[in-house]
Amino acid sequence: MSTISVTVNGRTYQSDVEPRTLLVHYLREQLNLTGTHIGCDTSQCGACVVHINGQSVKSCTVLAVQADGAEITTIEGLAQNGQLHPLQEGFWEKHGLQCGYCTPGMIMSAYDLLQQNPNPTEDEIRHGLEGNLCRCTGYQNIVKAVQYAADKMNGSGNSPGE
Amino acid sequence: MTTVTKMVGQSLKRREDPKLITGKGNFLDDIKLQGMSHAAILRSPYAHAKINSIDTSKAKALPGVIAIFTGDDMMDINPLPCAWQAGRVQNNANTPRALSAGKALYAGDGIAMVVAENRYIARDALDLIEVDYEPLPVVVDAKKATEAGAPQLHENAPNNICMTWDCGHKDATDAAFSSAEVTVKEQIINQRLIPTPMETRGALARYDEATGEFTVWMTSQAPHVMRLLLTAFVFGIPETKLRCISPNVGGGFGQKIFCYADMAFTMWAARKLGRPVKFVEDRSENYRSSTHGRDHITDVEIAGTKDGTITGLRIETWANLGAYLSTIAPGIPTTLYGRIATGVYKIPAAYCKVHGVYTNTAMVDAYRGAGRPEASYLIERMVDRFAAEIGMDPAEVRRKNFIQPSDFPYDNGMGLLPYDSGNYEPALDRALAMVGYADFRNEQAEARKQGKYLGLGISSYVEICGVAPSAWIGLPGEGWGAGLWESANIRVHLTGQVVVTTGSLPHGQGVETTFAQIVADELGVPYESVLIEHSDTAGTPFGYGTYGSRSLAVGGTALYKSVAKVKEKAKKIAAHMLEANPADIEYADGKAYVKGSPDQAKTLGEIALQASVAYSLPEGVEPFLDETTYYDPPNCTFPFGTHIAIVEVDGATGMVAIKRYVGVDDVGNPINPLIIDGQLHGGIAQGIAQALYEHGVYDENGQLVSGTLMDYAVPNAAMLPNYELDRTVTPSPVNPMGVKGAGEAGTIGSAQAIMNAVIDALAPFGVKHLQMPATAERVWRAMQSH
Ligand code: FES
Ligand code: FES
Repeated sequence: MSTISVTVNGRTYQSDVEPRTLLVHYLREQLNLTGTHIGCDTSQCGACVVHINGQSVKSCTVLAVQADGAEITTIEGLAQNGQLHPLQEGFWEKHGLQCGYCTPGMIMSAYDLLQQNPNPTEDEIRHGLEGNLCRCTGYQNIVKAVQYAADKMNGSGNSPGE
Repeated sequence: MTTVTKMVGQSLKRREDPKLITGKGNFLDDIKLQGMSHAAILRSPYAHAKINSIDTSKAKALPGVIAIFTGDDMMDINPLPCAWQAGRVQNNANTPRALSAGKALYAGDGIAMVVAENRYIARDALDLIEVDYEPLPVVVDAKKATEAGAPQLHENAPNNICMTWDCGHKDATDAAFSSAEVTVKEQIINQRLIPTPMETRGALARYDEATGEFTVWMTSQAPHVMRLLLTAFVFGIPETKLRCISPNVGGGFGQKIFCYADMAFTMWAARKLGRPVKFVEDRSENYRSSTHGRDHITDVEIAGTKDGTITGLRIETWANLGAYLSTIAPGIPTTLYGRIATGVYKIPAAYCKVHGVYTNTAMVDAYRGAGRPEASYLIERMVDRFAAEIGMDPAEVRRKNFIQPSDFPYDNGMGLLPYDSGNYEPALDRALAMVGYADFRNEQAEARKQGKYLGLGISSYVEICGVAPSAWIGLPGEGWGAGLWESANIRVHLTGQVVVTTGSLPHGQGVETTFAQIVADELGVPYESVLIEHSDTAGTPFGYGTYGSRSLAVGGTALYKSVAKVKEKAKKIAAHMLEANPADIEYADGKAYVKGSPDQAKTLGEIALQASVAYSLPEGVEPFLDETTYYDPPNCTFPFGTHIAIVEVDGATGMVAIKRYVGVDDVGNPINPLIIDGQLHGGIAQGIAQALYEHGVYDENGQLVSGTLMDYAVPNAAMLPNYELDRTVTPSPVNPMGVKGAGEAGTIGSAQAIMNAVIDALAPFGVKHLQMPATAERVWRAMQSH
């Protein structure tokens, strides 16, 4: 067992973990933050994306011990004071989810995308989300959801385009 | 008077979403129970092997391992049932057991179960189990499996033939071919696909020794059916001893309809150990051991006249069913395939013969569209082949052979119930207009001069939704082992809040939203005051679940009828309250009043209060507004439409790029257009995925080569286009709301639009047909060989 200290969604935890424990299992099973999902065993699907020190990471490819000392944000930490993040709003407004299984990872990846590129074109959104798979939506409404969030975050008065 | 805004027809955003976008969903693997243990399954690495012995001693000694079981331990429960015995498979139905004993029939067949304190230990223990396998010869190809000398899987199925089924008119069809002016023949392969819901499958079982009751949380599209199958067939216990709950389900696409081994072995072990047992597949397990879809090899011929009239269609299909029969496997390549093989065309003579075949591969069952994508792909490819053969515009050949509006209800002669309604030409015309068909051929010719290969593909499809009635689907030839009605209960509580319980099982379709829209309108109550409950066999009426695009057409109609009953009773009580004759009462906008005096109305809330407190009710009227309907439709519904794709093939690499994708669909009256479009997007994406990317491949040793998401190409956002959609509306006469269903239409309409476009683009190379998926390599090779 190793002892780690991590700050998740603003709260600091000291935990004993087996060195081989994946971060995604630590978050889901030890911290009961089950919003982060698992969709594959080969790092393809992106259902498990969280932010470590502000960067999006597939939490199935990281050991919990590697996150020692890190600041982690999961989907549960995205809304602030009961206020949905513009991306969460966008996914809701634009029907960017159906079963909702890919959604937390998709939103966390899109967040990182918008940090790096606040005004992405459709093509940039599609390529920016290449590491996340969705089997339900066919992606078109996910693209719209991200455009909605980008517009809102940029404070543009334009109603999010089709 | 306040005006009431109609909810039906509005693109309301979904009430399902707030918890899903905040990480508060409740999926199977999110559930933790006191004392819960974790199961892992040892799966045969061989596609066909005799199991001489299994030594679990080392694994048992690993700290944290609670128990290890093999197939021999579980002989006190029955094999899983096959519930849809179409093609009269009764005598050679072979279904899987909770764990296989003595033999493994495909790579991935479960042969031992570890139960441990956590999932890591359970996995460790798998490596310590020693199995003495004796490998046997393997066959993975459905056609080869029927040939002399092929390895045999089951004693009761000589030549691995599970069933031979046919429909249509053989003699008339043979005659049509012998007198035909033009015939075209092709072998068309509809490749194996892996459904890939983003959440894998699994089960969590708990057993209460004191009551003898099981509770199973499952990733199921049909928990009521699972309860029936697991109790009455597998465990031989009273149905009341099992409660099945589907929490949030992360996509299904058919794969989560069926009764699986994990449901049985988690129940069995939970009872044995007195501890809850959870099993969740990882992705490679899901790929190796949960059901696949499609996998047809078909010889098909079309006959017609030189001026473009189709006169005959002859089909012979080898349908790969895998190593065992999954729950409804026989119904997919029969009822849902052969019977709709003629598509949107009037074809005077058609015949379809299907061989259902066992092979050393994972089981094949319904995958989004289930039989209908295979059928529509076949006919739409052949119509294009025929058009090319006679040198006629493929749009014109379609137009010329369409079933006409005046022909409905239309009997296609394949043993299907009559198509309910349709008007195919407007959808085709609209799609052609959207895509700019008139100009396209010039552009294409221009582009070709510059070495650019553009292609346009048309797909006009029809499909079968809300499969019913029970009396038809249960006929011996159709072989469905139960009903296909759906249920809905509605209760108006004392506070005026409306609680609906349904046997449908939404897992992404937005049924909670759509159903609440219907109730709000029909009952005239605020949308927010309607609660839709589902997914738990405790507290919902028996229902057959969500698949086959049936929730709205069947489940929604049950709901509609229950609402009507509530209104009838409310009118009686209102008449009593208003001291009026019930016959004089009208109900509108949530109020009941004497005709002509709406200002003296009683609101539904007031009536519900009166009905609940029951101080004063009319003679013979029971308290409470509570009505249930079990609705068995008189017919299926038949959505249709035309999809058109424009692609560009890279002459140097064979890469296919989709330039436009247009779909004009007719799903009957729309309830929530936003949700319908979402369903179509996802459906089209899966059809495009089949056309261009996905292929479940076994090597000749029966190893699944496309065994992970690294090798099986589920498309990401950059691999799919924008979908340009429009609608025509032809209400279904089958149900009072005139709805049809939208869950599968996109998949059924799309693959052939893409393939027809790719093949059109390759016309300069003399390519007449290409098998799916049209990968760059395959396209490039096709360009080289001509
Ligand atoms: S679980 Fe699929 S990428 Fe992490
Ligand atoms: S919404 Fe179901 S996988 Fe994306």
